[in-house]
Amino acid sequence: MAKFVSLKDAIAEYLHDGDVVAMEGFTHLIPHAAGHEVIRQQKKNLTLIRMTPDLIYDQLIGSGCAKKLIFSWGGNPGVGSLRRLRDSYENGWPHKIEIEEHSHAAMASAYEAGAAGLPCAIFRGYLGAELAEVNPNIRSVTCPFTSEKLAAVPAIRPDVTIIHAQKANKNGDVLIEGIIGIQKEAALAAQRVIVTVEEVVDNFDDVHTNACILPAWTISAIATVPGGAHPSYALGYYPRDNAFYKNWDAIAADREAFTQWIKTNVLEVGPDVFAQKVKWLEK
Amino acid sequence: MSYTPTEIMTVVASRAVRNDDVCFVGIGMPSAACNLARLTHAPGVTLIYESGTIGTKPDVLPLSIGDGELCETAVTTVSVPEMFRYWLQGGRISVGFLGAAQLDKYGNINTTVVGDYHNPKVRLPGGGGAPEIATSCGEIFLVMQQSKRGFVEKVDFITSLGHGKTGKEREELGIKTKGPSKLITDLCVMETHPESKEFIVTSIHPGVTREQIQDNTGWTLTYADNVIETAAPTERELSVLRDLNERTARTHASD
Repeated sequence: MAKFVSLKDAIAEYLHDGDVVAMEGFTHLIPHAAGHEVIRQQKKNLTLIRMTPDLIYDQLIGSGCAKKLIFSWGGNPGVGSLRRLRDSYENGWPHKIEIEEHSHAAMASAYEAGAAGLPCAIFRGYLGAELAEVNPNIRSVTCPFTSEKLAAVPAIRPDVTIIHAQKANKNGDVLIEGIIGIQKEAALAAQRVIVTVEEVVDNFDDVHTNACILPAWTISAIATVPGGAHPSYALGYYPRDNAFYKNWDAIAADREAFTQWIKTNVLEVGPDVFAQKVKWLEK
Repeated sequence: MSYTPTEIMTVVASRAVRNDDVCFVGIGMPSAACNLARLTHAPGVTLIYESGTIGTKPDVLPLSIGDGELCETAVTTVSVPEMFRYWLQGGRISVGFLGAAQLDKYGNINTTVVGDYHNPKVRLPGGGGAPEIATSCGEIFLVMQQSKRGFVEKVDFITSLGHGKTGKEREELGIKTKGPSKLITDLCVMETHPESKEFIVTSIHPGVTREQIQDNTGWTLTYADNVIETAAPTERELSVLRDLNERTARTHASD
């Protein structure tokens, strides 16, 4: 059952060194504040899973928290490279990260299989794609009914999934609206679930009956962090800070500039700075 | 009305989109072309971005595949597994419109690495949705600025299958969809030869020479028997495109 706690306590209690961690949110609702808390607590040897590593994992990788990355598209959307990821993988700074690379269809299916309690995901994919030759976790099965050869990948079963959402109610149920991405599957596939929210409201009486809601009993901990998705966005609260995504390229291009940025914007501050980051973006 | 090479590429790419298409849209140039089509000759086209937005009608071009406006202007927004399983794998999408970092004469796409996979010269972002878009959409249109570096004899890594290394791979793998059928560049239009499955030049943009096209291509080009001159962008196409680009620049500048 969801407990309302501080972000600091949530990460300290539910995320441990060596864990397999998924921080999801497809462009939208990326849990950046939680990522910063993981950096502040200097968690180590994490296996990080995310379809699009985005800036959140670029920062965690550059800060030395990650041992391995499982992903399907590792760029800065609309801008270019994830330079900390590349520096770690190509040059071993701060250490060499191990990668396991998939396609979006494979990762989406693997999360779904995790949520469904299945050992693997089956889908029609990777046809003629050379990732299948370099990633031993991409295999195939033959359909017992039609003999069609189908792609198979292992289910994703994170120790911890972390997501950001618009709202929780006082009971601890969580509402996700807009581009809902893979969050429901990532949460239901995990052993423990940490959610940061923009706000806590009394109830969801005004919410449509088919809305995407994670019941309180599927969640371990909820922390209220207004602005917690920045520079990603929270539909209905603040838009994507596209300028920050562009500016990140120069920060991440240089080890010293990156280290200084992490010191000033992560290590020396707390989650409360996120409310300020989105003040000027609010509609 | 004069125009730039990028403008004619976008306009000609937009003309490939039909009013009744359901189109899976890649970010960047494909997104510009698909939205231009929607704002000119194909108002009924359904544009889908892999973030789950179906039938989206953005007023400005998104920076990412998941900008808020894509969701706010969509008919519906579905989850990512639903997008890939029901809509893409389910065979609901007629055209995938993609760009590439590197492609070859069989339309194989590389967006993964330059050099060896395990020891790359340049590590690119990777495949994202493209490996399955390339095989599950009815057909694939490609749009890309032409250069020797990007248009190579053989891609370093097949991220997303075109017609394979020999032109026969799709059939051998039992793939029922057409694969790459059209490639629009800033110099010309190429289409897939029905037998060889190689790209052949079918239309050359006004003022462009065959030498210029060959100089920017890493394989020896083949031309159709009756190569035509590409119709220049109309005033309407150009003004709608420029308005769209201007709105986009203004919006993203104030981001």
